[in-house]
Amino acid sequence: MEIRLIDIRKHFGPVKANDGITLTVPAGTIQGILGENGAGKSTLMKILSGYQHADAGRIELDGRPVHMRSPADAIRHGVGMLHQDPLDFPPMRVVDNLLIGAPGRLIPQRREAVSAVAGLAGSLGLSIDLKAEVGSLTVGERQQLELLRLLWLGARVLILDEPTTGISARQRQELFDTLRRLAAQGKTILFVSHKLEEVEELCTRVAVLRQGRLVGEALPPFRVERLVGMMFEREVTPGERFACTPGKTLLRLAGLGAEHGRIRLEGLDLEVKAGETIGLAGMEGSGQSLLLQTCAGLRPVTHGRIYLDGADLTGKTYRQFKKRGVAYVPATRLEEGLIPGLSLADHFLLTENKPGFFINRERGRRTAEERIARFNIKGTPTSPVESLSGGNQQRALLALVEPGSKLMLLEHPTRGLDVESVIYLWSKLKERCGRGEAIIFTSSDLDELLRYSDRILVFFAGRVSEPLDAATTTVDELGELIGGASRSGDPVDAVSAWPGGDGRAPDDAGCHASGAPENGDA
Amino acid sequence: MDGATLVIGLAGVLTAAAPLVVATIGETFAERAGVINLSVNGTILLSAMGSFVVAVSTGSLVLAFIAGALIGALVALIVAFGSITLRQSQVAIGFVLTLFCRDLSYFLGNPFMGEKGPMLSVHPIPLLEDIPVLGTMFFKQDVMTYFSFVLIAGAWWWIFRTRPGLVLRAVGERPEAAFARGARVKLVRYAYTTLGGALVGLAGPMYSLSVKAGWKGTISGLDGLGWIVLAIVIFGAWNPVRVALGAYLFGLLQWLSVVLQPHLQGIPSQVLQVAPFPLMILTLLFVNIGNAEWVERVLAALPERPRKAVARAIRALRVVQPRSLGVPFEQD
Ligand SMILES: Nc1ncnc2c1ncn2[C@@H]1O[C@H](COP(=O)(O)OP(=O)(O)OP(=O)(O)O)[C@@H](O)[C@H]1O
Ligand SMILES: [Mg+2]
Repeated sequence: MEIRLIDIRKHFGPVKANDGITLTVPAGTIQGILGENGAGKSTLMKILSGYQHADAGRIELDGRPVHMRSPADAIRHGVGMLHQDPLDFPPMRVVDNLLIGAPGRLIPQRREAVSAVAGLAGSLGLSIDLKAEVGSLTVGERQQLELLRLLWLGARVLILDEPTTGISARQRQELFDTLRRLAAQGKTILFVSHKLEEVEELCTRVAVLRQGRLVGEALPPFRVERLVGMMFEREVTPGERFACTPGKTLLRLAGLGAEHGRIRLEGLDLEVKAGETIGLAGMEGSGQSLLLQTCAGLRPVTHGRIYLDGADLTGKTYRQFKKRGVAYVPATRLEEGLIPGLSLADHFLLTENKPGFFINRERGRRTAEERIARFNIKGTPTSPVESLSGGNQQRALLALVEPGSKLMLLEHPTRGLDVESVIYLWSKLKERCGRGEAIIFTSSDLDELLRYSDRILVFFAGRVSEPLDAATTTVDELGELIGGASRSGDPVDAVSAWPGGDGRAPDDAGCHASGAPENGDA
Repeated sequence: MDGATLVIGLAGVLTAAAPLVVATIGETFAERAGVINLSVNGTILLSAMGSFVVAVSTGSLVLAFIAGALIGALVALIVAFGSITLRQSQVAIGFVLTLFCRDLSYFLGNPFMGEKGPMLSVHPIPLLEDIPVLGTMFFKQDVMTYFSFVLIAGAWWWIFRTRPGLVLRAVGERPEAAFARGARVKLVRYAYTTLGGALVGLAGPMYSLSVKAGWKGTISGLDGLGWIVLAIVIFGAWNPVRVALGAYLFGLLQWLSVVLQPHLQGIPSQVLQVAPFPLMILTLLFVNIGNAEWVERVLAALPERPRKAVARAIRALRVVQPRSLGVPFEQD
């Protein structure tokens, strides 16, 4: 279906989110939409899907003008959208989630829905527990679920707003193949992403937005530098790899066990030194989040012990972990991380932990202004958090981490950030590492894992590999490990199956796990 | 107490709790859609009085019950309009309405105080009534008690088994997501708030034309029941079957406080009369124990088998409230 967006305008107070965008997307196209955080991408997509109303402008589908008064209209025209933050129903079961909004008779056919979606998932190589509650899934899995739902409903126009959080390289290939197949059938796909390699690989056209305007379009072959140039109006280069200068042991896990839902961690030994960055790799929902939450004191320890700075914190509450300098940043920004309805200034006031009964609005505003500037957030101290663009919410979330923590536990810290901000954010984080803070983070982006971690743990269904030295591992090796692990079902074997002496010498930098033999020499 | 008296007593509990069952399920519908209708207490009084007046003046029970439902629906519509369309506080509107309706019922009902009105009669169901024990309890009741039985099953089926029920839950849970899936959030909220109000309105005549027949103004004994309804809905986790169990539990406690009175001479009768209220609160606390953090910590220390079993039991009991309860929905 051909889509024509004509002179779309949408203002939020003084902010011109969409400032007269005209864009034609021919049928059968996979249209990439690029742009820095806050450029207006999500707004444009929401207007096309009827979720928001344009102040002005027209939409034509296959040459016929249409009115998108609500998502119901859009759905009737075959337009389906996957929102940047999954719009689903956490306490409900996955089946019910699939059925909400699906057409059909009075009594829904649960079994048929499940088998159809399970079939789809299988063909995409996605494994989602269809009997689970949505709330027990990770953000990445929830996005995958939404994607499956849209494919199942058979949308003719598929809008995907940053859909690839937590998708492994192999799953991405399957997804891309499916999208290409759909495009070949004449369906139109709009793909919003900050991952330029993905756009380069998948899209057959690209449009770049900047400050609410369309600033350029491109056809393949794409030149990444040119795209980046259009997005930011300047060049962006990643800096050097940061070297780890580890200090004393900060966090020690001794035979740690924990469980949540179907995921279980067992007998995990790990030592994290001050200044170190540990990346957690693996398919979404393999236990990475569980490890982070257990280290944050949010989930009970079933076996083993947790030591922070030598003190035994096993069985202590989240508050006590927090007081001792553990900061946890969840991936579900609007559910666990931020409080919709409160402004940025309110958030800083809430987290600053100052003594005294009365709040000091003036100080809150100043902190907010300072952090807004430092983290380059597009918004004002009085902006309610839900009005920020996805990437700016992410920046706000990270800005809330008080300086002076010891251990930062970050779930997909750069989810939804544009290229420039990713680089900027990590430079900030690494500064803190330089001051002796340690980081454990999850990511599905192999490049990010390799570039910014010192050591990487690969997860598979709650099993954890021995730590890899990030400096000497390649993208292909890591990808194979994550994929290979899921094939053999035993990541530890996959690790030790690697030939030794291939340059991954035991790191004498001191960044290695305790109690575990050096896998390279096994 | 012999067996026959006990069975008759329990049958009486089912009758006496029927208005509570109907009202709680009505409120469950409204709250499932995300609207707290706090006016229940006033609504029950006003519809009890109104339908009694209709029954006395026309002699028609059918008209009286229709009047009760209409009064309830009307009050609920005011709550819906104020909270959904005008986006005002549901709590404030409901609270003011509950006080207003109560005083209005006392004022308007004054001329009819103590009059004799018609009453619902028992309609035994042939054959079924002859089943020992169960026959007397379930099949020798009045029409509205039968209705309350059917309502429990029907409401459960509707909410958890049908497509519109799914949309109803979605709207109360996360209206913006339901909206994104094509649901007409405001319409759904209006519809269920009004339906719920009508059911609450039926509870009025169920009292004034059956359970506590007549209209006696301030001493009708109906004031306060509406608040119990609101508590039971929470206790029942917005699930019609559990909500009904809560209503029956309350009915049972009230009955016990009456029958046990002669046997518990040491305890002042006032204590027994109010005992059902704190007992309800204790039950509520017990049911929600799984929400406490320390319970999770204690559980983690248990060995595998019992931990799984206890965790499952707690999860089954746990009450999760519709997340958008009381939150207005703003569509851009
Ligand atoms: N509901 C709202 N109220 C006020 N301002 C808003 C609202 N929604 C979006 N904006 C503003 O509009 C601008 C564009 O937002 P949009 O979400 O479209 O950006 P985006 O391109 O999707 O960015 P990102 O890559 O960070 O997701 C931002 O400056 C944002 O703050
Ligand atoms: Mg966005």
